[in-house]
Amino acid sequence: MVNKTIKGRVYVLADNIDTDQIIPAIYLNLVPTIPEEYAKLGSYAMAGLPEDLPPFIPEGEEKTPYAIVIGGNNFGCGSSREHAPICLGAAGVEAVVAPSYARIFFRNAVSTGEVFPVESKDRLCDKFKTGDIAEINFTANTITNQTSEESFELLSPGAVAPVIEAGGIFEYARKIGMIKQKD
Amino acid sequence: MGSTITEKILAKAAGVEKVSPGDNIWVDVDILLTHDVCGPGTIGVFKREFGDDAKVWDIEKLVIIPDHYIHTKDEKAHRNVDILRDFVKEQDLPYFYDPGTPSYKGVCHVALPEAGHVRPGEVIFGTDSHTCTHGALGAFSTGIGNTDAGFVLGTGKLLIKVPKTIRFVLDGELQPGVVAKDIILRIIGDIGVDGATYGALEFCGSAIDALDIEGRMTICNMAIEAGGKNGIIAADQKAIDYVKSRTDKPFTPLYSDDDATYEKTYRYDVSEFVPCIAEPHLPSNYAAAADRTEVKLDRAYIGSCTGGKTSDFIMAARILKGRKVTIDTFLVPATVEVAEALLNEQIEGVSLVQIFADAGCLDIAPPSCAACLGGPDDTFGRTHGNEVVISTTNRNFLGRMGSKTSKINLASPMTVAASAIAGHIADPRELM
Repeated sequence: MVNKTIKGRVYVLADNIDTDQIIPAIYLNLVPTIPEEYAKLGSYAMAGLPEDLPPFIPEGEEKTPYAIVIGGNNFGCGSSREHAPICLGAAGVEAVVAPSYARIFFRNAVSTGEVFPVESKDRLCDKFKTGDIAEINFTANTITNQTSEESFELLSPGAVAPVIEAGGIFEYARKIGMIKQKD
Repeated sequence: MGSTITEKILAKAAGVEKVSPGDNIWVDVDILLTHDVCGPGTIGVFKREFGDDAKVWDIEKLVIIPDHYIHTKDEKAHRNVDILRDFVKEQDLPYFYDPGTPSYKGVCHVALPEAGHVRPGEVIFGTDSHTCTHGALGAFSTGIGNTDAGFVLGTGKLLIKVPKTIRFVLDGELQPGVVAKDIILRIIGDIGVDGATYGALEFCGSAIDALDIEGRMTICNMAIEAGGKNGIIAADQKAIDYVKSRTDKPFTPLYSDDDATYEKTYRYDVSEFVPCIAEPHLPSNYAAAADRTEVKLDRAYIGSCTGGKTSDFIMAARILKGRKVTIDTFLVPATVEVAEALLNEQIEGVSLVQIFADAGCLDIAPPSCAACLGGPDDTFGRTHGNEVVISTTNRNFLGRMGSKTSKINLASPMTVAASAIAGHIADPRELM
């Protein structure tokens, strides 16, 4: 994952986007490990955002046209519901880019491998508009706004890099011999 | 250099002499807690990764407490509890508190210590962000997701980063009418919803010593609302007596060294604290209740792991006794034990249940998380419109109690009760 690039449209949000906005509790009766409910969770991604924002999932569709979410500080605060990173992954989001994360959301994103939680050096939600095209380059650690042609620095993942590279906590634990390979 | 309580517990659980903030360590888990909303997914992960015939690492260490979506007609909610029941049977699990049976308890964070599963010095993970509540008894306790919980189910271990510790020294004496909830709302107001991100919040000082166990739980419960990994209070004799009254299992409390290193220390004189609220839509939107009396209310709500314990209802009853509420007032005891206390506890010879009925509160709901997090459409107390609510719960995020257009103000049980009488936000000290 760390060697590739992610390119797509961005959806831009501000500070303190909480897990109730990412996936309202009414949808927590869905179990993410049941495949049809996983897809359903994706269709409800960001259903708790204020009504005046552009729809994250177009009406009648299950997936989002936005591959990248740009957030402000403390992205994913609140609940430990893993449904939050999972619904983003299920909707087709590949990465979230934010200057800081709430710890459980960040951890769940890494452990599940559902969505890449990328830390930006600066707060970028004023540097992008929803619908801009962006490219994340994990070799150069940059995100480029291809609409405005500006580039911004991303932080390298540090200590969690091996878990992200492995694709989650289970794959990492298998890699280091902590648990057995799957049959 | 010495260590903090959190560092000592984690070092012990990792089998090493000492750990430092930022270290990534594998710890042995003493208790894994899950419930009906995250349990089925956790079981799904466990079976997907370890196989259909896999066995839980230690059946004595897994506690399953359904509490979120219990009193609802939602079919998937019932299906989810059935998934738990099947798993309990398959794995022969001893600690399952099944809805609709005499073993049912209610809100997991009030039920876990009630049932003696919280012990000082131990490591607790739970699939719920308010698992940080249990630091009130000197345990390291934090919330995790389904995937990490599925990993624990199979291995009994988890890879975690040692948090830096932020210390809050609270001295002085609270004024009458100012309680634990006011302390934590004030702290979150000061440091912000990300003021303690990835940190351990250690609370100490004479004001903490003076609090009862439930007050300490209220404070640790909301550590997550400042971004904290865990909240923790050293186990004093009061905490040790509480734990011993609930379990025979042995435990070893651990304590911070005098020369422990803290990331930061905040000092407060709590005698200056006042009854307060957190305004919509963040727990950090602090305001003194007395400064917001112009805010008209539609609804009051007393319940949840934060504000639905026995002592919370006693505080509310002290204000409500002999008075009438002027807005819909919803009461949801956290657990069956709390619901029984409402029948048995009295103030000047009148039971709490009678005081609430005489005050005109709505009929008391059966124990569960109820509208604290909105939930299914038919959840008791869930908002559906533009209601302005004052609540003893923990989060006032947009849409948290159901409707995206309702507005939630967080407050102590005393402030909620005083406001329910006034019909607007009110300072309870005027009624004491």
